[in-house]
Order: sequence, then structure tokens, then C-alpha cells
Amino acid sequence: MSLIQEIDFGTPVRHAEKRVRLTIDGKAIEVPEGTSIMRAAMLAGVQVPKLCATDTLNAFGSCRLCLVEIDGRPGTPASCTTPATEGLSVRTQTDRLKKLRRGVMELYISDHPLDCLTCAANGDCELQDMAGAVGLRDVRYGYTGENHLADTKDESNPYFTYDPAKCIVCSRCVRACEEVQGTFALTIGARGFGSRVFASADEKFLESECVSCGACVQACPTATLIEKSVIDIGQPEHSAVTTCAYCGVGCTFKAEMRGEEVVRMVPHKDGKANHGHSCVKGRFAWGYAQHKDRILKPMIRGNVTDPWREVSWDEAFAYTASEFKRIQGRYRRGAIGGISSSRCTNEETYLVQKLVRHVFGNNNIDTCARVCHSPTGYGLKTTFGTSAGTQDFDSVEQADVMVVIGANPTDGHPVFASRMKKRLREGAKLIVIDPRRIDLVRMPHVEAAYHLALRPGTNVAVLTAMAHVIVNEHLVDDRFIAERCDADTFAEWATFVADPSRGPEATEPLTSVPAKALREAARLYAKGPNSAFYYGLGITEHSQGTTAVMAIANLAMATGNIGRPGVGVNPLRGQNNVQGACDMGSFPHELTGYRHISEAPTRALFEAAWGGALDKEPGLRIPNMLDSAVDGHFKGIYIQGEDILQSDPNTKHVQAGLSAMECVVVHDLFLNETAEYAHVFLPGSTFLEKDGTFTNAERRIQRVRKVMAPKTGLADWEVTLALAAAMGVPMPYDHPSDVMAEIAALTPTFAGVSFEKLDALGSIQWPCNEKAPEGTPVMHIGGFVRGKGNFVLTEYIPTDEKTGPRFPLLLTTGRILSQYNVGAQTRRTSNVVWHQEDRLEIHPHDAEQRGIRDRDWVKLASRAGTTSLRACVTDRVAPGVVYTTFHHPDTQANVVTTEYADWATGCPEYKVTAVQVSPSNGPSEWQAAYRKHAIESRQIEKPVAAAE
Amino acid sequence: MNGLRARLSHDAAALALGGRSVARALREKNVEILCVGSRGLFWLEPLLEIETSGGWQAFGPVAATDVPTILDAARNGTPHPLFLGNIQDHPFLKAQTRLTFARCGTVDPSSLDAYAHAGGLVGLKHALDVGPAKIIEEIAASGLRGRGGAGFPAAVKWSGAAAAAGDEKFVVCNADEGDSGTYADRMLMEGDPFLLIEGMIIAGIAIAGTKGYVYIRSEYPHAIAAMRRAVENARDHGLLGKSVLGTYHVFDIEIRAGAGSYVCGEETALLESLEGKRGQVRAKPPLPVHCGLFGKPTIINNVLTFAAAPTILAHGGAYYQSFGRGRSRGTMPIQLAGDIRYGGLFETAFGPTLETLVNDIGGGTRSGRPVRAVQVGGPLGAYFPPALFDTPFDYEEFTNRGGLLGHGGIVVFNDTVDMARQARFAMEFCAIESCGKCTPCRIGSVRGMETIDRILKEDDNAGRIALLKDLCDVMKSGSLCALGGFVPYPVLSALEHFPEDFVRRCL
Repeated sequence: MSLIQEIDFGTPVRHAEKRVRLTIDGKAIEVPEGTSIMRAAMLAGVQVPKLCATDTLNAFGSCRLCLVEIDGRPGTPASCTTPATEGLSVRTQTDRLKKLRRGVMELYISDHPLDCLTCAANGDCELQDMAGAVGLRDVRYGYTGENHLADTKDESNPYFTYDPAKCIVCSRCVRACEEVQGTFALTIGARGFGSRVFASADEKFLESECVSCGACVQACPTATLIEKSVIDIGQPEHSAVTTCAYCGVGCTFKAEMRGEEVVRMVPHKDGKANHGHSCVKGRFAWGYAQHKDRILKPMIRGNVTDPWREVSWDEAFAYTASEFKRIQGRYRRGAIGGISSSRCTNEETYLVQKLVRHVFGNNNIDTCARVCHSPTGYGLKTTFGTSAGTQDFDSVEQADVMVVIGANPTDGHPVFASRMKKRLREGAKLIVIDPRRIDLVRMPHVEAAYHLALRPGTNVAVLTAMAHVIVNEHLVDDRFIAERCDADTFAEWATFVADPSRGPEATEPLTSVPAKALREAARLYAKGPNSAFYYGLGITEHSQGTTAVMAIANLAMATGNIGRPGVGVNPLRGQNNVQGACDMGSFPHELTGYRHISEAPTRALFEAAWGGALDKEPGLRIPNMLDSAVDGHFKGIYIQGEDILQSDPNTKHVQAGLSAMECVVVHDLFLNETAEYAHVFLPGSTFLEKDGTFTNAERRIQRVRKVMAPKTGLADWEVTLALAAAMGVPMPYDHPSDVMAEIAALTPTFAGVSFEKLDALGSIQWPCNEKAPEGTPVMHIGGFVRGKGNFVLTEYIPTDEKTGPRFPLLLTTGRILSQYNVGAQTRRTSNVVWHQEDRLEIHPHDAEQRGIRDRDWVKLASRAGTTSLRACVTDRVAPGVVYTTFHHPDTQANVVTTEYADWATGCPEYKVTAVQVSPSNGPSEWQAAYRKHAIESRQIEKPVAAAE
Repeated sequence: MNGLRARLSHDAAALALGGRSVARALREKNVEILCVGSRGLFWLEPLLEIETSGGWQAFGPVAATDVPTILDAARNGTPHPLFLGNIQDHPFLKAQTRLTFARCGTVDPSSLDAYAHAGGLVGLKHALDVGPAKIIEEIAASGLRGRGGAGFPAAVKWSGAAAAAGDEKFVVCNADEGDSGTYADRMLMEGDPFLLIEGMIIAGIAIAGTKGYVYIRSEYPHAIAAMRRAVENARDHGLLGKSVLGTYHVFDIEIRAGAGSYVCGEETALLESLEGKRGQVRAKPPLPVHCGLFGKPTIINNVLTFAAAPTILAHGGAYYQSFGRGRSRGTMPIQLAGDIRYGGLFETAFGPTLETLVNDIGGGTRSGRPVRAVQVGGPLGAYFPPALFDTPFDYEEFTNRGGLLGHGGIVVFNDTVDMARQARFAMEFCAIESCGKCTPCRIGSVRGMETIDRILKEDDNAGRIALLKDLCDVMKSGSLCALGGFVPYPVLSALEHFPEDFVRRCL
């Protein structure tokens, strides 16, 4: 194993039909027109010295090391900024150039500390490399002149340091912040010799606008911006390409290692989802994998009030198997079930559903997608025929109009948001539909053309009103509809939306969206020419979540915005493998590839492969499992990698359900909240400790590669296999690749997928089969998967969760950049410096009425429950709307959310809860009691030897 | 009571020399004052012209206390020590060929009517008649080269921008006049602003640009005010706006104050600054004519370049081309400064030698000491010793002798000048004004200062002088823009012509 070194071509790739031929140091090379001489040289195998150039950033021309000579032209132009043109004859190494380069390097080194041996970048420093490359032997200026050597280091950021003494002012960090990340937090301050990198207006990095995406650190050619982990550990010696385990963007990283220790995670340029970019979570927040809270030994206990007892893996499996068998014997086969995890690999998820269907003998399998994107699957399958987003991320580069609805990409999907911002800076138009003024509405060099701040819960009314405008103003794409869509359902839909009662004027009182703005936004979307929808849980987590997804699909079809790059319907999936978990048959009614369990031919395929009969009736969904447990019928559960107590709605109901079970098995990295009610704890493995695949929001299947042995001794997939074996039904696989082979054999959309092909191609977007052997970036080209596009009527039905005198405000929830989901991982990293607690955002008007000031403790009450947290008074939310995140168990935001759910999929209505807010003195009694219980139920019995 | 009329310059130079108190004294005597720009004879400012039965009679330099006696003399036709006669007949003016500065100092710069009466707008009207292709043809025929310093053929720039594809194009005027000893841009903007406006409109028509910007250094508050007033006046009179002189041409101008940085006079840094960014040089290509202001095709020219266009369009390219020599055609407003007897603006066809300019026209030093060197072309221009005074004022001739014309400023130094200190000053100037983007300029300028300091402090400097020459080579060949790239001109010329100054000093 060695360190993967990526070639830096110096300037970005250029795409042009016209190609030009030139010679560089006598070597002939042909490149697309517009390619820099530097890049052409690199392609010809000639490395021109450089410092300010790197191929992720536009050429800048500041370091003046890459000077070349061109026959017939005066001077010594910089090869990074000079385009290759036909017939050029370039020389990169002449006596004159050597002397100039050495002269430039002599200047650099005259203001640079000579501490290479003790410098953290030693061995990974481009300045060092270039000093060697140009043959610098002497600095005739001496080292006593004006310099920056005494400049103070900024160590405020938890993950990296900024040492201005080592800065060569190449601006790579500044340009990365602008061009790659799009935050514009960095600048060069002062001028001339005083020029230095400033974070915001010369603030500490931590206090600046910096979002710690790491792009600047990665771009830095010296030790000026460097990971603290490299300072602590030293340079890595080997690396493996793997996939981030945070959000649904699915960034490719190089895990750079020294032995079994991670030195750093570096985004990989070849990653097709991220193209070398990252966010603070994937780049830096991997410390949870080594956190002291991790449980590394299996534990059992007879009663949830007992302390945990550490046991061997064998004892844990035997105990669990005997309990599950006892329950099934005593009650019924359907008294147990399982929940698969969107955090785990496809292979692991597949094995969990196989365990349930094949070993448990029922279909009581569900997954956390239930509570996030299940409406996406249902809605897009109904309209288009496939339960997934229609595009690849690259498609955004061709979008002219983006509609972002119910999503907050800069926080939730930051790496993709950076690509959106880049396209917006290039001139694409943006429509934001969100109750809250998310950052995208207005940020540096990005401003939404329209922000429709709708009342939570009225997505369907707004989307249908957009359709009303498009139909009544004859903005539909008649040809697309005639060729591609079902004429009858379209006609019915067009009549339906055209009704004046569904127009923007009629619905304005319900939605609070000004009719004029809505009309203009609808026209903008229809006009395109390439318009794309990007949505998140603000669409799905509603009582009409599925309806809203279909309303989006209707709009895309009506305007012909589907089936080519730049358009489409793009669900921004929350978790790293939520798409994969759904694909892998994690829903009670579906086998892999979204085939209904009741379909006999499909079932027969699996029965033949697995050797055993399958139940043809769909099993229980998570909420049904809990209801059934409360009713006394459901007694045992295996939960892999999900914390339903914190993440599912109506916490008290979840508590009641779990309390009523006889064997709760939690398989996780940490003693999470759900584990308070568990009888068996099986320690989990992180993505660094196992092989497998994740599937991101663009259907991209990517490899997860093991870089260290599982700290518990077993990877998660091995645990599931052992559990099956203990129950007497062995599932023999030697490696996750065998599992993928089985998935491919049983799933038409995965037929062409294999680990070998993934290794060769890097990643594959399903469907991948004979028709598309290398996968499918954009779907529904030329025709819909289901045949004709199906329009669905989307009648707006207000949620039953209504405001009234007792609960006059609407609560909606979301997340923040630095934290991820319930925070199990990110709370155990230094990311907490940015977000120590959940806060309740409340409009100044509502706060004033209640006598609430910023940072005051407030009581947040709904008819489901009450919790307390601190207020953040801001006009980011509209009057009447409050907002919070759900990253911290102390807050327990889901104590207040209700059991209302999407009509089609049961996806909870997290995004609308009627609440009241009032001043309070601190945490509620319930929170105090919960905290006490949480401590008590996490006791681990001391080993006997230690107790003596 | 007496009904006298006076012309008084309110050019910044005249104001600096007490023009305001002269105006006050005139007003006390109920003299009607016509505020005009400067004639450019700075040693005579404040220059006062009184209308008499015998025509306009000039007096200068005038102090407020001189006003009563001057009025008496003018009224009675009696002699006065400050009497200059009709200023038009002054040898310094008579020897000039004033095409660009023909009106400056004679007309009310705030009046478009006055401008038109004095021959303004003829070029524009012709331009509107003949259209873009013909405009560029005339400019090409005139041989006009960029007056900002680089001397790039204006027609090439204009035709490049005209041919460039773009939904919007810009005309940007570089009025960030920062060179030492130069003031022609300021004088023109204060004294005849409509000429610049007319020239920019012509350029706009030529390239199909609809918006112009004038970027004026913030140290020129009077010029900024004069240009703002003139632009408003032009809008009110339909010269600027949605219909230029009633035609379908759209053109408007915005006046922008600079941000106090010399390097913002570099065209790409100027564009960055106009965009609201840090004044930092851009690498070229892309050239501004293809990708300039806000990424749109843009022509950037100096004030004097645009101001030459109306003359060329009014009288034809051939007329303008008939002045000058070699590839340096037309006239150049040469600015005489430093230790010089007759300091001021001298517009003439290219060609006179430095000898003529400094000693004949300029009258030698004001101090009476011998001339030791002149610096032509601003702080980045080369120092020429009297031995090179036979050099004609011509782009190529200067280049051939290791110098540059720049913006036409000549600064005269007498024999007390320390040329090593001047070389150090060049490096120091570069260090202060460097944008900091490229390494040779950012670090090299500081190391240049330090190296010269050491040369002046220590013995045995052969190695250090070699290092200074190497550094100049790196800066000249390696710098991103002309700031770092031209600093070697003053340094190396000082070293070459005055090596005796580069020795250890007794402290």
C-alpha cells in the first residue's frame, strides 16, 4: 500500500471541439483549444515548476515560476495563463528561464522560515519541492530583511491552523474559498509585502465566515493552512479511496493513514459526486470513530433497569437468538422484526432485510428512510416509474433555473450546494420556496430571484398554484407531453389545476405567498430553458409529502424538464446510504429494486436463491411496530444503526413501544438513546472498518473501503451473519463483494454491478445492466421508465395539525452545517464548537409578544409534549413560524412532534407542529427526568476483577 | 459699477497657488468672473484675464493684493508689472500645437453650450453619421496610440472590442493619473470635460458599448466634481442617455472615484476596482477587449486617448496623422515638472528633443543649478542624463535608449540629486504601491530597497550590485504587470548613468 498521489495538471480541463497542436520541449501534443500551456506540458509529460497553479482553480498567474519561452514571441509568459495555440513551439527549460525561476524562488525563501525538518508539511510541501526543482542553492538577500517570520499563528479552528509566517500569498486558499466552496470568507488583506490571508475582516478563523470545508487547507501548497491531525501525527504513508459516511452527497475521500491511524481525510479529485471538494463533516469530523464513548464489546442485560454486562460475541449471539426464538415460539413468528440503517452499507442493509425475511420468516423490516424520503420513492415511482432522483449532480452545471424547495443545501448538502452556487454565479436563476430564509436566498454573489416564504404545510397548494399558472398561461411543453406523457392523465390534471380555486390568488390566504411573486416564479421555471427541482425533507415530511413529490413531478413533466442534463427532479437525500437502503429491499412491502413482495415471480427468484419460502404479505412499518408493541403483539426488534428514540416523532410513544418489548437489540457505535431500552447491545463498526458500498442521492454506487480492522473484532455485516447462524439459518458469504454479487443476480437494475467494475470505473449509477453497462447518469431519456409519464391530481388538503389559541405557532425543524442528524457522530467531534445546543428560532414580533429575548430559555409545547431550549430571535423565520434543529438529545425536539404522517408512506409530519412558546427557567422536568434515566440506563457493570 | 469681466482659472493648480483669494478679491470689486480651466502655464498661475477694450489682457501670477492695481491698469490701459498681454501670444503657448487642449482655459467647463460654441461635438456628429466601421477606420488612419503609457494602437483595441461578441460592452476611461509630474488628465477633466465625454461616446458608438465609466483617482476631487457636473449637464441636454443627440444610440457615463492605489491605474486592476473588488492585477489573457469589466468586452483608454478622438473625427484621421514622426503620430501634451523654470503643459507634435523641451521650452532649472537628470514617463520611467538629451520625444526613440514616454511627464532634477536614493525611491514606490499579487513585485521591491540600503552602507558592493541587476531582471521579466516590470527602468538607468552614486556613504 502506498499513498495515492493525484496528478496536478495545474489548470482545469478545457472542453472544446477544436483541438490545437503544439510542441513543448520538442514533444508534440494535441489539446483542446483553450488549454493552458502548463496543462498541455503536463499532458506531454513535461512538468513546469509552479506554485500558485492547481487544476481545481482557474489560472491566476501570480507566482511567476511557470514562465516559459515561446519561439517568435517576446518575453517569458506564464504557462498557466497562456493558452496553447496552433503551431506554438514552447521551451520550458532554458538558461534564461532557469535564472529567472531561481531568482523568484530566492525571493520566496528570503521570507520563509527555514524550519523544513520540523515543519508539519515536511514531505508534502510544494514550496520545498519547487526550491528543489529550480535548484536554489543560495539566498543572497540573507534572512535579516523585512519578513513575516514573527507573525502569529491562528489556532482557533479545531481542525486546522493558519500560520502566516509560512504564507507565500499564492491566493490558492482565497480562490478555493471563492471558486470551489463559494463562501468568500477569505481575502488577501493589505497590499504589497504586507499582503496576507485574512479570514473575513482579519478575524480569527473560528470567528470568521469560514465554514471549515477544508478547501483552503487542501489548496495550500505549504504548511500555512494545515490539518492539526497532520501536525500531531505526521505525514501519512498509505491511503485508500472510500466514501464519506455523512450525507447523501456521497463524497469520495482518500483516507490517508499511518498504520491503522487515520491522519486525515482528503477529498478525492476523481470523486464523481464531489470532484475533490468536501465539507466540515466529511473532511474533519471523523474523530467519533476513535471516541471514548464507543462501545467495543457486546453487552446484554435481563432488564433495562439493570446495568449492562459485557459478554463475548458468542454469548451475545446465543442470547439474542434464544430470545428471538423464545419470543417467536411464545407469541408468533411476526412478533419480531428489524430496522436496517441508511448509515450502513448496501451489503449490510441487504443482509438485515434478508435476516428478517429469510431467518425471522416475516417481512417486519423497515428503515429510517421511512421517516425521511419514503414519499420520494412512492411519488416518483407513481409518476415516472423509478423510486429515485432523475439526474446526476453534474447536471446542475447545465441548469438555467433551480427551484430549491424544502431543502437547505448549504447546511444539509454543502458540497452539492457549492456546485449550485458556482452555477448560480455563472448566471443561473434561483427560486427558493421555504418558510425560512435559508442562506441560499442571499449570500455572497448568490441571490434568489424569488423567495416564496410559504406557511409550513402548504407545499402542495403552492406547487399546484405554479401548475395553475403554467397551464393557464400556456407555458406547458405540448410536444413533450404529446410524445412522452399519458394524454388522459395530463388532460385531467390540466383541467384540475386550471380551476381558479387552485390559482395563486385563491390560495394566497392559505400559503402566505404573494400571488404576483408566485406567478413570476412559475413563469421563470417554465421558461427555463433548463429548469430543475431540488428538494429535501421540507417536501416529504408532511401529511401530504407524497402529494408534494408528485406535484413536483407533474411540473417537470408539464414543462418538459425531464430526461436530459440540466433539468429533472432531484431529491437531496439525507443520509449517506438512504437511497441504497431503499434500493436494498428495506421496506416491508418491497424486495430489492422496489419489487412488491406480493409479486410471485419476484418472490420465487429470492426463494430459489435463499432456499426457503417468503411471506407474501408486507410486514410492519416502524410506527406500526411501535403501535403493535404498545398493544402487546410485537416483542422483539433488531435495530442496526438507527436511533429511533431520538429521531422518530413523538418520543413518548417510541418510549412506550420500546418499553413494551421483551428483547430490543441495538447494533450501534454508541449507547444511543434507543439503547436505554435495549437488552442486547452489539457494538458496531464505522465506515473505516469495513468493505462495502454506499449509494448516494444521484443513484451512484460507490465503494467503502476498509482501512483498519474492526475495533470490535467484527464488521456489521459479519454481526448480522453471525446472528443468522445463531438462529440456525447460516447465510454464507466470505466478503461483501459476494453479497453484491447476489444483489446483482437478483435485481435487474443492479445486474451489471460488481466490486470489480466499481474498482474499474470508480462508481456506477444504477440502473446498470445490459442496456446500460456503465450505469445511467440521467434517467428517463427518450421515455419514462414506466412508459408514459403519469400526471397525478394533487388536491391540497390541510394537515390536521392546526394552530389554535393553545398552540398558535407552527414549528418546523431542520439541521445545521456542523451537525449531522441526531448528532451521534458529530456531537462526538470538535464540531460542537459551532453548535453546542439546539436553539429555537423565533421572529422578533412573536418573541416580543411573549417577552422573550435572545438566548432566553423558553418552553416549547405541543399537544404531544413539552421541552425547553434557548431562543434565537431572528427574522429568518416569518412571524407565526418557529424553527429548531434536532441534533441534541437534551433538547428532544421530537418530544413535541406529533404522530401525524404522510397519507401514502407513513413518513412523519416533522415539518409542521402547532406549538406554543413561553418563557421558562431552564430544562423541563421531563428533560431532567430523561437525563437521569439516560445516565442510569447506561451503567456498565464493572468486571469482577476490577471490583475487588 | 465698472462691469469688468474676468477669466480666472479654477484648476486645482491655480487654486493651490491662491486662486480662491484672488477670486474673492475680484468679487469684492464686483468683477464678473468666468471660471475656466488652466492654460497650463503654471508658473503664471493664478492667471487672470481681464476683458478690455483692447481684448483679453492677462496678468500673472496674481495675488489677491494685486487685484486693485490690476483692475486699475486694465481699466486705464496703464502698465502693470504682472501684465502679460494677450496670453494667446505668449511664446510658451504660441510654440504649441494644441489639438486636445485647444479649448482648455478659454471656455466655461460646466457649459455644454460653451463647448459646442467653441467647436465641440463636431467629431461626434460626424461619428454618428458615418457609423462604427468608419470611426475605427479614422482612428486607425490617425495613428493614435494609447496615451496612458503603453502606446498601444487605439484602433486595434477598438476594433477588437467591436468584433467581440457580447450582449453588453463597456467603455472605461482610465483617469487614475498617478505618475509623478503628470497632470494632463486632471487639467483636461477640470478645464474641458465635455471633450472626454464626446470622445467616450464616439468610442461607445464604435464598439456598440452603451455604458462608460470614468475612473478618477480620489486625490482629484476637483476633477471628480467637474466630471460629475459635466455628465449631469450632458444628460440634461440629451448628449448622454437613452438617445445620444436624438439618435438611437444609447450611452451613459458613470464617474467613479478611485480607491487610492497607484496600481489601480493598471487597466486590469482598475477593472477589478470598478467591480468593487480589491485592486489587484489580472493575468492576461483574456484581454479586456474580450473579457473586461464584469466579464464583458471592454475598451480601457486613458483620458487623452479618448480626448483625441473628437479631433480625429472632426478633421479626419489624416489630419491628426500629419503631426508627429515615425510611428508616433499626432500631438502629445507634455507635462514639464520638477526643477524647471517654465513648468506646465506643452502640447506639441511628437518629435522635439529633450534638449528642446527641457532647456528651450522649459527654460532650464528654476533653481538655476545645472540639470543632472530627467525622468520621463513617471516613477517607472528611466533617468536620462543630459548626454541623452538629443533623444526626440518619440515612443520608439525612447524605447531604443532604454526609456519610455509613459504619460508624457518630464521631471527635471538638478545636480544635488542623489541617484542611488532615486533608485531606492523607485523600489520603495513599488513596494508601497504593489498590489501584492506577483512575487517579483511583492517581495522583490522590498529586497530591492534593502539591497540598495546595504550598498550605501557597506563597502565592496560588486556582489550586491550584481544581485540588484539580477533582481531587476527577475522583476522585469517576471512581474505580472508594468508596476514591477518597469521599476527596473529607473533603477538600472540610475545605475548605468550614475554609477558614482552607488557607493558607501559617510554617515
